[in-house]
Amino acid sequence: MTTITADHHGDHAHDHHDADHKPAFFQRWFMSTNHKDIGTLYLIFAIVAGIIGGGISGLMRAELAHPGIQYLHTWAMFMDGPEATLDQAYHLWNVLITAHGLIMVFFMVMPAMIGGFGNWFVPIMIGAPDMAFPRMNNVSFWLLIPAFALLLGSTFVPGGTGNGAGTGWTVYAPLSTSGSAGPAVDMAILSLHIAGASSILGAINFITTILNMRAPGMTLHKMPLFVWSVLVTAFLLLLALPVLAAAITMLLTDRNFGTTFYDAAGGGDPELYQHLFWFFGHPEVYIMILPGFGIISQIVSTFSRKPVFGYLGMAYAMVAIGVVGFVVWAHHMFTTGMSVNVKMYFTAATMVIAVPTGIKIFSWIATIWGGSISFKTPMVWALGFIFLFTVGGVTGVVLANGGVDDVLHDTYYVVAHFHYVLSLGAVFGLFAGFYYWFPKMSGRMYNEFLGHLHFWVFFAGVNMLFFPMHFLGLSGMPRRYPDYPAAFEHWNWVATMGYMVMASGMVIFFINLIWSLAAGRKAEGNPWGEGATTLEWTLSSPPPFHQFETLPVVD
Amino acid sequence: MAGAKNHDYHILPPSIWPFFGSMSALVMALGAIMWMHPDAMGPGGGWIFLLGLGGVLFTFFSWWGNVIAEAHAGDHTPVVQLHLRYGMILFIASEVMFFVGWFWAFFDFALFPSALAPIEGLFPSKGVEVMNAFELPLLNTLILLCSGTTVTWAHHALIHGDRDGLIKGLWCTIILGAIFSCIQAYEYAHAPFDFGGNPYSSAFYMATGFHGFHVLVGTIFLIVNLVRAYKGHFTPRQHFGFEAAAWYWHFVDVVWLFLFVAIYVWGGWGAPVHGG
Repeated sequence: MTTITADHHGDHAHDHHDADHKPAFFQRWFMSTNHKDIGTLYLIFAIVAGIIGGGISGLMRAELAHPGIQYLHTWAMFMDGPEATLDQAYHLWNVLITAHGLIMVFFMVMPAMIGGFGNWFVPIMIGAPDMAFPRMNNVSFWLLIPAFALLLGSTFVPGGTGNGAGTGWTVYAPLSTSGSAGPAVDMAILSLHIAGASSILGAINFITTILNMRAPGMTLHKMPLFVWSVLVTAFLLLLALPVLAAAITMLLTDRNFGTTFYDAAGGGDPELYQHLFWFFGHPEVYIMILPGFGIISQIVSTFSRKPVFGYLGMAYAMVAIGVVGFVVWAHHMFTTGMSVNVKMYFTAATMVIAVPTGIKIFSWIATIWGGSISFKTPMVWALGFIFLFTVGGVTGVVLANGGVDDVLHDTYYVVAHFHYVLSLGAVFGLFAGFYYWFPKMSGRMYNEFLGHLHFWVFFAGVNMLFFPMHFLGLSGMPRRYPDYPAAFEHWNWVATMGYMVMASGMVIFFINLIWSLAAGRKAEGNPWGEGATTLEWTLSSPPPFHQFETLPVVD
Repeated sequence: MAGAKNHDYHILPPSIWPFFGSMSALVMALGAIMWMHPDAMGPGGGWIFLLGLGGVLFTFFSWWGNVIAEAHAGDHTPVVQLHLRYGMILFIASEVMFFVGWFWAFFDFALFPSALAPIEGLFPSKGVEVMNAFELPLLNTLILLCSGTTVTWAHHALIHGDRDGLIKGLWCTIILGAIFSCIQAYEYAHAPFDFGGNPYSSAFYMATGFHGFHVLVGTIFLIVNLVRAYKGHFTPRQHFGFEAAAWYWHFVDVVWLFLFVAIYVWGGWGAPVHGG
């Protein structure tokens, strides 16, 4: 076999005579087989989706700033025509929360974390020239375009009471079946099918790449923790998404072809949908946060100039979170009338996840402890992540109690909890990773002052936005309503002000991004110094079009 | 060695198929939506769906044609072949989880039947006469098990350089697969219960229907390999296309065994049997 291999080198050397030769524009960006270019496409896509999803939350915060209906009816007239009724306005509210959730989960966080940073840095960190299936890598990206187009397009076609899919991101039956006539929900369902196919193909690609393409000497136990995090994430994607595909296929046939999977009047079981959805949905929340864990581990180690404390524990904590994450799903369903015994199991199993999560938090702190810390922008975002994710984790332990959740289920306390782990966890991880790798990806340094300013404004904004939601939830304000009693006005107003602070932070981010791309100082191969030990820092910034034409050897 | 590829991995030139296939998927999805909602979306959805489907199938054909050409060009080094193996195994793993969803629905209905009026706690659902598991379904089980044997015959012939045996084994497998599909179509056409309307028939048709779809895909996969066998594409040392088809066929076979035991035998136990 080895002799055959040697022959192939001879045959094909002429195809690859120049490591930095780039194809022409259309070939490079529409027909790409290059993991770095595809990663860049994913990041651009995620930024566009993030602007749309974040803009929608701006609409929601504007409406919620005061009790009563402020703008919703006007927007409904814009969407559904001048005769729009108040019911159509309420439906529009459901469309907004649905679109915000689905866009942020499937078209912002996942494409940025896994598609963007995963594509860019997993091959480089393991010393590989590209992904295992470079062409399939591109179809994973391009399938997101029809998926996103279908979701956005669904807003403009009938979905029951008004235009658009107003089911919530969970698409629960029977609201999503008999409760939403018209094509909008079918469009959203097919959007999820296509996005799911994209992610499954991506997961296959990452697992194959990580297991088979590590450079000589890079054993699994020497892999950077970001690579570990993507490996675990890819397994979660591979095993969880097909169950969602089955669940939403049943929605589709119930809606259009007369099956009664979820139709109680036809002998079916609406709760079945919730089980299938959350069997996917709970691993999905770890899919969104695990790559963030990986990014934070790299950054904390780099800027503390120390190896990660308890490396193996950190890696296997992620494996444990991934495994246990598959058997806790019904804690999203505590109020469906399940028996006390089932509630006890899901409460206990959920709390078990706090153990590996605690291992990660304390190991990050132990990594920083006694380190030679430099407070560069990525590091302050990482510290923000550790602090705020812990807040979200602690409220998660509160909600894990089936008895407590009876009171807090579907209140703003839950909204506060999952935005602390996602908007302040996953998104802080994304910004940390973006600033950390921006010099590597673009070849230019970002502006350190604007990076810090972005952090502090954003940090103040999101806490002002989401912390009051704990109070609102504990006082009993339910989620998913555009109106509320006057007693809730104060904290809602504060939250809306927080949104505006957060949005100004985003303006600083975009100024920094544009300024740095246009006029940033040229970045060296390793701008972070001796703390940055992973393989991407051994390459130029940006790396050559094809890196590692001769594989690195890791000792 | 700067500037020269000095490893066994496969660095690919740009390809239009991912983009073309994705846009075809969009056309297919939009066509499906229009087809299901002619009132809201206008006529012609079926044709648009078929146009998109044609684009997707054309993508499959061209893309995998490229893969075959690359294999002949020698791009599939041992490590690249290993990638293909991992890829296929992981794809089958995701398919297993897809069927987990359908079995989950089936067992939910079977173990916890609704107490409400149309079902009254019965499974199979009230008023449903089931098929006799030990007539056509048992025959189909034997046919699929037999086809698993013939595909293994083909595999062993291939490993021993016996192209004649490979071709005969593949023909037998494809014919057995086709007979299975015909019997399944006959069974659906003469089934004592309709497609929807109750949980039993919903789970029955969707689970066995998705299995049937996988049988068709597997049969096409085997036919492609038969054509390739006639063309002499396979060597005893390099024939991953065949192996992937065989793995897929065994996976389809195993799913059927679970369907047979769970839905036909156990699921219909004690229920009134059609014609019996």
